[in-house]
Amino acid sequence: MLERTVLIGSTNGLHARPAKLFSQAAAVAGIPVTLTKTGGKTVNAASILGVISLGIGHGDEVTLAADGDAAETILDELAGLLLIDHDA
Amino acid sequence: MELQGIGIGQGVVVGRVVRMPDPMPDPVAAPSALTPAEEGDRVAKALGAVAADLLARAARAGGMAGEVLEAQSMMAEDPSLVDDVTLRLAAGATAERAVFEAFAAFRDMLTELGGYMAERAGDLDDVSQRVVARLRGVSAPGVPDRGHPFILVARDLAPADTATLDLSQVLGLITLDGGPTSHTAILAREKSIVAIVRTNGAAGLADGDEVILDAANNLVITSPSAEQLSEAHARVAARAARALAPVSPGRLADGTPIPLLSNLGSADGAAAAVALGAEGVGLFRTEFLFLDAVTAPTVAEQRTEYERMLRAFPGKKVVVRALDAGADKPLAFLNDAREDNPALGLRGLRALRASEQILRDQLEALAQADAATDAELWVMAPMVATVEETRYFVALARELGLRTAGVMVEIPAAALLADRILRHADFASIGTNDLTQYTLAADRLLGSVAAFQDPWNPAVLRLVAEVGAAGAALGKPVGVCGEAAADPLLAVVLVGLGATSLSMSASALADVRATLADFTSAQARLLAELALEAEDAASAREVVTTRAAKFLDSSSRFEPSPTAHPRKVLK
Repeated sequence: MLERTVLIGSTNGLHARPAKLFSQAAAVAGIPVTLTKTGGKTVNAASILGVISLGIGHGDEVTLAADGDAAETILDELAGLLLIDHDA
Repeated sequence: MELQGIGIGQGVVVGRVVRMPDPMPDPVAAPSALTPAEEGDRVAKALGAVAADLLARAARAGGMAGEVLEAQSMMAEDPSLVDDVTLRLAAGATAERAVFEAFAAFRDMLTELGGYMAERAGDLDDVSQRVVARLRGVSAPGVPDRGHPFILVARDLAPADTATLDLSQVLGLITLDGGPTSHTAILAREKSIVAIVRTNGAAGLADGDEVILDAANNLVITSPSAEQLSEAHARVAARAARALAPVSPGRLADGTPIPLLSNLGSADGAAAAVALGAEGVGLFRTEFLFLDAVTAPTVAEQRTEYERMLRAFPGKKVVVRALDAGADKPLAFLNDAREDNPALGLRGLRALRASEQILRDQLEALAQADAATDAELWVMAPMVATVEETRYFVALARELGLRTAGVMVEIPAAALLADRILRHADFASIGTNDLTQYTLAADRLLGSVAAFQDPWNPAVLRLVAEVGAAGAALGKPVGVCGEAAADPLLAVVLVGLGATSLSMSASALADVRATLADFTSAQARLLAELALEAEDAASAREVVTTRAAKFLDSSSRFEPSPTAHPRKVLK
């Protein structure tokens, strides 16, 4: 199991648009990826409803996790999306 | 037949009715006659079809509305949702009920999170309705698409409906619910759509009915006669001609200038407002810039937005209202405590004072924007109740380098002590929507008490007169920036009560400008006195309408006696 822990870059947190971009990317990744809010729940990263329901704000710490050969590349790509400020 | 409602604006339109489908009844929780696998198949097909439909709409809509629709499309096929539905089907539920319950569970979760996430709950309800409609084989709820312009009849319009409303297809709006300050009414004013809300008997209108929607007279005429139709068409043409008349500064028939300003939520509407003859901005609602923000915007971010607005009005007045959060527009970073009575709670200046750094940052950003531009910047505090609050705000504004600082008069207490408040404030601006709500103790967002929300009420007008008198005595400007200023005849009354400028949606400027030019200051004062003497809003409106018509009929513009001054009535 590979993990990446990052701080959320979007000014308004993972609300509709950043959550949509993130879940879209997770859905096409082809392997199951989970998203965990530090101190909170774990959800399927490809689920926009799951991601939104974490109520993640700017600067919150989250952890991505996945298994398999492609995991490293995919986690790097998804972590990158979380670091970008989509609201800027 | 005539249906009575509350007209928004002064328009009239003739067209055929299309009804917005009512929300569907909840699917009953009866056991399914099919196997879970069969029901699962139905669900998968319905979810896929709805997701594809939403995606197609997203591509057509583009922009922010497109983003919302695209997110909704993803919600329809969300893996967590599908898992939840599958569990419910395994327990024997019907496809309809399982979908309904699964969406409701996620909706409740978002609602509990509050703030921005809770706003997405409506999007989820909309997807749920679409999927259930698809399963039932009925047409999806939402704004119909007929391929020709129509008059839309709805119970009320949700923000999600209006986001995707194709304005080129909507001639007018008729709603059964909602008051003059509802979302529908605000949208209608902003987009200059002819509209009437809280229309009695509108439930009886059927698809295809031809009606005259007469917002100016608060009426819908069903089965109109040929004569009524030709009269309505003539009015439509006359109003179109009036709108094309060259714009000039607002003034009365005797030449008294009454600057006509525009209410704006961002610089995006500035060019349109200038084209319609706005002589500046009477109310720049800054909170709309920050509604989606979880944390307070920085000074630099704010400064950019303010400069955009100020640049659009070189040499002209721009009145900026400090963040007015709370009640109907909570901001996560200002109001986090739940209140039973938010309209009477920590809102407006009270909330800013509790988080003073936010107010300081905003005033600082405004001062910087002012220094970099040529507009005449005025700042004002929302929801001021006391003299002490006035002194606090004015002192802070001065400390941060702002030259002109005033207060909004929306609370009766502030109107009653306007003579003391205006000793400290450079100007007052009357917000008639809230002033009416607080004077009549009637929630302006609540349909069941919407009839109280009428700024023609003499009690409200008397408070306006107090502020007008105080302004005149102290030589301080008194503006009106509520929607009352957009009602042309009421605008004349407000001037008669002492308003020195009027601010409104830009779409209302042409009608108000034309009507003000028909009356002298003395006539405006006389009309104001008649309104103040009336027993209620309806009779105030009626007596003023009748007398105004007489003024217009008589070719000689007589000067009423000096006793016709409203202040005399108040003693």
